Amino acid sequence: MVKQLTVFLENSPGRLARLTRALGDAGVNMRALMVADTAEFGVVRIICDRPDVAKGALEDSGFSVSVTDVIAVAVPDRPGGLADVLEVLGAEDMNVEYAYCFVEPGGSGAVDVFRVERVADAVRVLGEAGIRTLTADEV
Amino acid sequence: MFQPEYESMQREQLEALQLQRLNELLARVYETVPTYRTKFDEAGVAPRVASLEEFAAFPFTVKDDLRAGYPYGMFAVPLRDIVRLHSSSGTTGQVTVVGYTATDLDNWADLMARTIAAAGGAPDDVVQNSYGYGLFTGGLGVHYGAERLGCATIPISGGNTKRQVQVMKDFGTTILACTPSYALLIAETAREMGVDPASLPLKAGIFGAEPWSENTRVEIERQLGITAIDIYGLSEVLGPGVAAECQCKCGLHVNEDHFIIEIVDTETLQPVPDGERGEVVFTTLTKQGIPVVRYRTRDISRIVPGECECGRTFRRLERVTGRSDDMLIIRGVNVFPSQIEQVLLGIPGVAPYYQVVLSRRGSMDHVEVHVEVSPDVSFDEIKTLERLRARVTAEIASVLAVNIAVKLVEPKSIQRSEGKAKRVLDLRAEGSE
Repeated sequence: MVKQLTVFLENSPGRLARLTRALGDAGVNMRALMVADTAEFGVVRIICDRPDVAKGALEDSGFSVSVTDVIAVAVPDRPGGLADVLEVLGAEDMNVEYAYCFVEPGGSGAVDVFRVERVADAVRVLGEAGIRTLTADEV
Repeated sequence: MFQPEYESMQREQLEALQLQRLNELLARVYETVPTYRTKFDEAGVAPRVASLEEFAAFPFTVKDDLRAGYPYGMFAVPLRDIVRLHSSSGTTGQVTVVGYTATDLDNWADLMARTIAAAGGAPDDVVQNSYGYGLFTGGLGVHYGAERLGCATIPISGGNTKRQVQVMKDFGTTILACTPSYALLIAETAREMGVDPASLPLKAGIFGAEPWSENTRVEIERQLGITAIDIYGLSEVLGPGVAAECQCKCGLHVNEDHFIIEIVDTETLQPVPDGERGEVVFTTLTKQGIPVVRYRTRDISRIVPGECECGRTFRRLERVTGRSDDMLIIRGVNVFPSQIEQVLLGIPGVAPYYQVVLSRRGSMDHVEVHVEVSPDVSFDEIKTLERLRARVTAEIASVLAVNIAVKLVEPKSIQRSEGKAKRVLDLRAEGSE
């Protein structure tokens, strides 16, 4: 289980730049960043090395931040790698709200991030299926 | 009651006093203010009435009359008798100047002392006056009333909200006076500073100078742990102190020994019976500096029928929810910003901060309501936000009977006001989007 920061952003020029600068100034290193946008606003999701520091720095800069538990899985770099993981969740009737992936520097595969409603249960069923989820230290 | 001999006067006696003072006023303005002499002559009325009913034949005074006389044309005394000048906020056009004699200030202090006493104030209270001091009547109006009542008065004025919280805590403020929107900002700032406002000795607040809704009252009372009292006034008539709620919170008692209130039909301009809505019209009975005769306030309200259990015999003006100047006409529907506020306060997940933004798209006016997402809403999933936006849109449409685009904006992104909140942002002059 990994902690993800979610920031609510208006769609306006320079806003994302200010967000990333605030993180940079706080010495936070981002692993992944995903922007989900609608016509009027965006939601930015961030995986980083020190979520607590990052949250404080963003709030000091006037951003609204919430912390969400997500699942991170190292997916083998071969056809069907991701499908194997999703089928386990699907079989347990667990809905994936959103997902995105990033590549670890020097790593052999991709890291996929999922948001499901019952995070702890998802970690358990994945574990039972032999799929290991990553801890905060591993991403 | 600060002046029970007036505030609980028998109606018959009160009306006799009004008639006597009205005749003195009419004679005085006819003699000293050319505008009134001309108006009375044109309307064919002599400056004397045998009954209060006859007064309905007199011509109205409107804001433009005061503007035309700018600065001193409507004064009824020479400038040497004036000891104070104030000015209207000028939010709806050219400013007007109002002058007070020493007697006017003395009466004003009494009326504001009544107001604070009606909110539960007494000489052992500590009044934090966070209305702006200056040309605006709110600051000094509350100030002298609080002193007249004998309260320890803190002339902190508006602004520097962290210091407001610090002073409130350190000085043991029991009564807060400011605009309702500023009261909410003080509460929000207190929480950010780790101060629980409900744990402070604060017990009441007198809030006015902008229209506010019943839901805002509930919100202020909940967040600050106080009784929130609505006060009413306008600089052209006096400033604060024209009318105020008692602790029954069921309408604002009009200080009828100093003012005649009439409600007139907005079309025919004829007085309507108590209980019916219309435009609020005031006549100042005792004011010397700049008296007004049948001044049309553009405020829409009604007289609450019946007697109040507090013992005051002055009739009650229902809460004014909007000045017709603030009214927006959106696709033919009359909308008061306070109606939008009422809707937002009923929806969890949005903060009570909003702004109506008018812009131009091509040749069409575009209206959008910017609503702050509450910081405690879980906004990780887009669908939560989309649902919230859909709900706000639907509820506004259902209450106002018009569809208005809703834009969710970041918490704390709408400018906080330390005085009158700016609820409408008009960008139409700045070109099209």
